[in-house]
Amino acid sequence: MSDNSSVLGRPSISARFAFAHDTGESTDFSLDVNLQLPASGVTAVYGHSGSGKTTLLRCIAGLQRNIHPQTKTGYTAHLAINNTIWQDEKTFLPTHKRALGYVFQESGLFAHLTIANNIDYGIRRAAKKPTDADYNHILALMGIQSLMKQFPAQLSGGERQRVAIARSLLIRPRLLLMDEPLSSLDITRKEDILPYLESLKSELNVPIIYVTHSMDEVARLADHLVVMEKGRVAAQGPLREVLSRLDLPVLSAEAGVVVEATVLERDDRWHLLRAEIEGGTLWLNDNAEAIGQVVRLRILAKDISLSKSANEATSILNRIPVRVTAVTPDLDDAMSLVQLAAGDTLMLARLTRRSVDQLALASGDTLWAQIKSVAIVR
Amino acid sequence: MGFTDADWVAIGLTLRLAFTVTVLLLVIGTPIAWWLARTNSWLRGPVAAVVALPLVLPPTVLGFYFLLAMGPQGWLGQLTQMMGLGGLAFTFWGLVIASMVYSLPFVVQPLQNAMMSLGDRPLEVAATLGAGPCDRFFSVVLPMSRPGFVTAAVLGFAHTVGEFGLVLMIGGNIPGETRLVSVQIYDHVEALEYTQAHWLSAAMVVFSFSVLLVLYRYQGKSSPFKVGHGV
Repeated sequence: MSDNSSVLGRPSISARFAFAHDTGESTDFSLDVNLQLPASGVTAVYGHSGSGKTTLLRCIAGLQRNIHPQTKTGYTAHLAINNTIWQDEKTFLPTHKRALGYVFQESGLFAHLTIANNIDYGIRRAAKKPTDADYNHILALMGIQSLMKQFPAQLSGGERQRVAIARSLLIRPRLLLMDEPLSSLDITRKEDILPYLESLKSELNVPIIYVTHSMDEVARLADHLVVMEKGRVAAQGPLREVLSRLDLPVLSAEAGVVVEATVLERDDRWHLLRAEIEGGTLWLNDNAEAIGQVVRLRILAKDISLSKSANEATSILNRIPVRVTAVTPDLDDAMSLVQLAAGDTLMLARLTRRSVDQLALASGDTLWAQIKSVAIVR
Repeated sequence: MGFTDADWVAIGLTLRLAFTVTVLLLVIGTPIAWWLARTNSWLRGPVAAVVALPLVLPPTVLGFYFLLAMGPQGWLGQLTQMMGLGGLAFTFWGLVIASMVYSLPFVVQPLQNAMMSLGDRPLEVAATLGAGPCDRFFSVVLPMSRPGFVTAAVLGFAHTVGEFGLVLMIGGNIPGETRLVSVQIYDHVEALEYTQAHWLSAAMVVFSFSVLLVLYRYQGKSSPFKVGHGV
């Protein structure tokens, strides 16, 4: 097990936690996870409420230590960050000694301190102080330079959350944990703060574990996805791989894939862009992306229909040849989920079972996917 | 002014006692309140009950036990005599000790309420920012419990100023040592010096009202960070 903390020699995060609260009450909860996460990029932990995702994050932070009520010993726990053990049978590094940043659902700013003092609170206790350049860079990245003299109660929810993120970054953590940082904000504020998170991801080299129950946030931010269900890991892996799986009912409501596309050309007349994915090209709304830019697209299963012929006479712009790779029944009795491959790109389509039957769909069939809408998520 | 010299001595003594008791109680009450606010121990109930006892017991009961304990044969009296401090009964420091017990709930309970209302979150935030347990207490718990400290100090002070029964039992009536304002009023009435009694009584009413007024105005406004969306 000790070698697991580095997969293929790359630095990584390994987390193994198992415990059960057998109180005999309806609040019984158990967690049993074994994760190997990359030590870079954003790992989203997705699940419905009660699936254990926040508990997992608290275990990683050391905010929760699970002690067996009878034996008074710890449950199975092993946590290593790039080969540094934070927790195992013998070790329990307390939270304040773990080099991590934690962003809570509500900002958790100290109400009695100004924004500047809130930020200094972490820096003063950090082993590695940020340089002045880092300091100014992160304040600028989060857009909070002008707020430093105010108190938390004077800020909007989005501003407070940005301060909390800056505060946790400036202690130079080896791991940033974010627990639904947008869930306490309304939609406008979310849209305000998402670009900050995206720039955080692209400009700083700190691995982020991002807990959320929003597929939109997963599609926009994640590189790696862990799907939690009832305290267990239902799936973990690269985002594209996990989203294209058919065996994850928890994702079914918002089934769809995320693909990367390169912008090839601009059609000024119709205000469209043509972008290339592996296995075809797609027309997208022109949002002033540059030619050659790589964009991330989200294609929902409900927006794909299938046709046996090229079918030129249709209002649907995007038609690409695909091969059926799998068909499964959906949660809804009337529906099926179909996995399609366009070149190496996997997609999902949600069709009625009746249509599947009429088209006599089976693995290996080749036909045309008509994609009603493609959203650029980034 | 209608105060006699003896009245002024009593007023000075009362303020000195109340100040001493309040300072000592804040020092001792803070860890007790913190422990009560955080512990899951089975001792929590019994300790909380003991702390609250002075709220319900007649001061004479407390005074009676203190008198026994502080007397030459009592355990407290033996202890202080062994340490060469002499007896405690009918002394200022005897009054201080008894008053601390008598006013304990008025200090511990506001502190405990303030600390409990903080919840776990600020402490967890501080831990994730690298603050150890002691650091968290001084950098987060104390400053964020400030309204509780103000209430505790004011109530502890005012309650000590207002005691009477306990003082009569263990302090007696020694000018400059144990004769407090409340005892002085009693003496004036006994001696049918109603004018003197009026002056002192009115002063007590004004003092108590002012203190409570200031306290409730402070609580009403609360501190700038209790309102709105802090932690």
